[in-house]
Parts: sequence; structure tokens; C-alpha cells
Amino acid sequence: MATGIPLIEVDQLEAWYGKRCILNGVDFRVDAGEIRVIMGGSGSGKSTLLRHLLGLQRPVSGRVRLLGVDLGTANAQALQVLRRQIGVSFQGGALLTSLSVGENVALPLREHTRLDENTIRIMSRLKLEVVNLGGFQDLMPSQLSGGMVKRAALARALVMDPKLLFFDEPSAGLDPVVSAELDELILRLRDALRMTIVVVTHELESAFKIADTITVLDQGQILMTGSAKAVRDADNERIQDLLNRRPREIVVDADAYLRRLTEESA
Amino acid sequence: MNSLSGPLANVGRASAAVVAGFGYAGMLLAESCWYTAIGWRHGQPVRIPAILAEMRRIGVDALPIVGLLAFTVGIMLGIQFIAALSEFGAQSQVVLAVAKSVTREFGALITAILVAGRSGSALAARIGSMSVSQEIDALAVIGIEPVRFLVAPALIAMLLMLPMLTIFADALGILGAALYSAPALNVTPSAYLLQTLALLQPGDIWQGLSKSAVFALLITLIGCSTGFSVVGGAEGVGQATTRSVVLSICFIIVADMIFSFFLNR
Repeated sequence: MATGIPLIEVDQLEAWYGKRCILNGVDFRVDAGEIRVIMGGSGSGKSTLLRHLLGLQRPVSGRVRLLGVDLGTANAQALQVLRRQIGVSFQGGALLTSLSVGENVALPLREHTRLDENTIRIMSRLKLEVVNLGGFQDLMPSQLSGGMVKRAALARALVMDPKLLFFDEPSAGLDPVVSAELDELILRLRDALRMTIVVVTHELESAFKIADTITVLDQGQILMTGSAKAVRDADNERIQDLLNRRPREIVVDADAYLRRLTEESA
Repeated sequence: MNSLSGPLANVGRASAAVVAGFGYAGMLLAESCWYTAIGWRHGQPVRIPAILAEMRRIGVDALPIVGLLAFTVGIMLGIQFIAALSEFGAQSQVVLAVAKSVTREFGALITAILVAGRSGSALAARIGSMSVSQEIDALAVIGIEPVRFLVAPALIAMLLMLPMLTIFADALGILGAALYSAPALNVTPSAYLLQTLALLQPGDIWQGLSKSAVFALLITLIGCSTGFSVVGGAEGVGQATTRSVVLSICFIIVADMIFSFFLNR
């Protein structure tokens, strides 16, 4: 489904927390209209990669381009224009707790458009209907269940009709039925609204169900990018560990182990 | 070697953190001013409804408690001044002493300390918990600058409401003193108040008001910057809230002393 220019381009991205290397030379591209799943275990660098893709963290070295805009060098104006074209649904929803569900969904419209109140109300309710939350606009986020919060956050991410949608851990903390519903919703969004969607997850089942392509991240490096089938058939040991829920075989270096135990300032 | 360099490194780290804290607060102030002045031209307007909501939270909601405490402190000052000044037969100076001390010092100070406890801590807790639950990140990716959305309205509201609360506290403080001292001085309360008005100079009121503007800056910037610096979940939010109150009150008292020194030379 590639249409030439990739929507996301990441070149040689590196990220460090102190002396710990989190991302090590990550190359990555997402074409228009695909659902890309970024998969990896805990601590693989998924969240850090996502923060870089969203422009919440500036790259130490390497380059991140979204819709042709270089996040590292773009000025505030260009970033502002770019942000109107991307939607993000955070892991915990990140709805503003001081606003009702309806006001949360309407927030991007209020801030970025000059539409009148009626139009804003109708558009935000429309998006709530899309995520099956019609009629819930007057509740506060604290009155919603976990699955409803995620769907409300998705409605807020969709309200500006973004070209590019990011979804962080859609099924984390949800029961299988609700998480399957969310997967269906993601597929419908791609088909109905022709969105490009990037999903970060470690849930295998949901990943294989929705993904056009999967990127497997491990210890800050991309192990492979390919179709769901290619990933399933990959002969890389780490990928198979992840797919088959096998515990890692940790090799103990006796010297390093002793040093960690005895050193004063480890 | 380690036993020496450990504490030294800690001192260095702490100093660097203090400098960074000042820098961060200064940046918040500069950005807030920038967004207030020309943010609307860049699609980042500081909304008037947001300012009004903050004004209600910081100012109107604090009226009862500020009034009550100012009134009580007024009575207390009346008691002390009458006791102290009557020792050398200068009761008549009670009116002047109360008027000057309330308008120049106590009105602004009590209001600021109360508002630091009420609103400064609330700002720190709100911004802190928002940053823990990724709401700040969500604002940023929606294209809403968190400083414009959260800090600038609070700063403007605080700069408007703290002086107003101070005037309110001045009035109630003097009223409290009047109700207690007038019988002791054998005058009617209204005569006491009229005498107060005659003795007060605009400079006295201005001294209190200019201080309260500085206190407003301190409370907002300390509250917001401790809120933004929260790490580590609920415990971090709790620590930031405590820190913001303690820091605000310390800075308020030190700033008050410095101001009093320069304004009364």
C-alpha cells in the first residue's frame, strides 16, 4: 500500500538515559495506510521510541521525520501544524481529569479551530459514537472504566481527523473481550478513514490480529520488520522467545556478578 | 577519597539543582509573559475563561478564610499594642501602629501565606499529578503548550487576586483591631476607623500591594515548577506539594524582609 513518501522516517536514532543506551541506531519507516505494530518486551525501548516519534523527546543523535517534518530541527510553527495532523492515544488514556469526557474530546477542536460551539459539540459527539461511547459526554473521566477511558482517549485522538494515529498499549489492563473490541475498532478506522496507524504493544494476539507489518524491538535495536507471517516464521531466537513466551536464558558472568555484589558504588 | 568526595559531590549536586530550579522558574515566567503578550498570534492564546476560573479558585474561594484570619490577627494586634503602648501611656498611638503594621506588613503576609498553602500547593499537586498521568504529554501532542494552558492563566489570576485579597485582609484586620481597641480607647469603632483613614497614607497601602505582587509571582512559579518536576508517582506528587508550600513560605518571608528593608530606609 506504499504511496512513495513514508509518513514516518527514523534514521539512526539513539537515546540514552544517563549512561544506559536505550535506543541504538534505530532505522524505521512507516508508509501511508498501513497499520504498523511496534512489538517488544518490557525495557526494549518501545516507549522511548514512541516518545521520540511524538516529539516529546529530542533525539540525541539521529533523525526523526513525521509527514516530512524533521522533529529535531522544525520550528514551533511547523510542529504546531504537524501536531494537528497526528492523534495520540496514551497508555493510561491521559484524559484531563478536570474536564468531562465531552470537553476532553472537544479540546483539540476548541484550541485549533474557529468552529462554533454547536459544530464542535456535534463533531465531538460523532467521534464518541465512533468509539461506542455515545451519550457518555457528560461523565467525568474518573467515572469511566478502563476500557471506556481508552476509547474516550481514542475519540480525542481522532477528533481532528489525523493522518497518523499513535496508539500506546491499546489492550494493556483490559479484559480479552474489550481488548478484542478495540482491535476491531482500529481495523475499522484504517479501512473507513484511511489512517496510518502505529500501535505499540506487547500483546501478541492483538499484534498479529491488527498488524500489516510488525517491527520487533529488543534491547534498543530493531530485530526485524516484516509482515505478521514473516515475524512468526522468523528464525531469530529472541523473536521466538517473545512469541512463545519463553524466559530469557541469562548467562551469568561470575566476575561481573561478584563485582556488582561487592563494589561500593555500583 | 570516597568519604571526602561523596559529601562534596552532594553539595555540588544540590547547588546545581538550586541553580537549575531558579532557571526553570525564570523560564516559566518568561514563557508565560510571552504567551500572554503574543501567544494568540502563534495559535497559543491565553484564554480569558481559564483566567477567570483560576481567579475564582485563587481569590473568591479564599475570601472566607483570609477574612477570618485577617480579622483575628487584627484583634490580636489590638490586644498587643494596647498592652505594650499603655506601659508608657501611649495608647492613642494604637490606631497608628495598627494601621501601619496591618497595611504594610500583616495584610500582605497573612494573605500570601494562606494562598501559598491553598493555591500554591494545589497548583503543584495538579500539575504534578497531570505529569504523572501523561496529561502534560497529551497536551503537548495535541499542540497545546502546557505553560500557556496551565501556568499563564494561574500567574495572571494570582497577580490580580493576591493584591485584591490583600486589600480585603487590610480592611478586615483594621476592623478587627477597631472592634477590640475602640472600647479600650473610649472611642466608637466608627471614630476609630475614621481616624485610621486620616492617618493612613497611600504609600502604606502601596507598600503592602507591591509586596503582594511579588508574593504572587513567587507562589505561582514555585508551585508550577515543583509540579512540573514531579517524578515517581503519587509519592512524588506528595513531596512536590509539601515542597511547594515550604519553599513558597520561606521565599515569601525572606522577600518580605528584603522589601521592608529597602522600602523603609
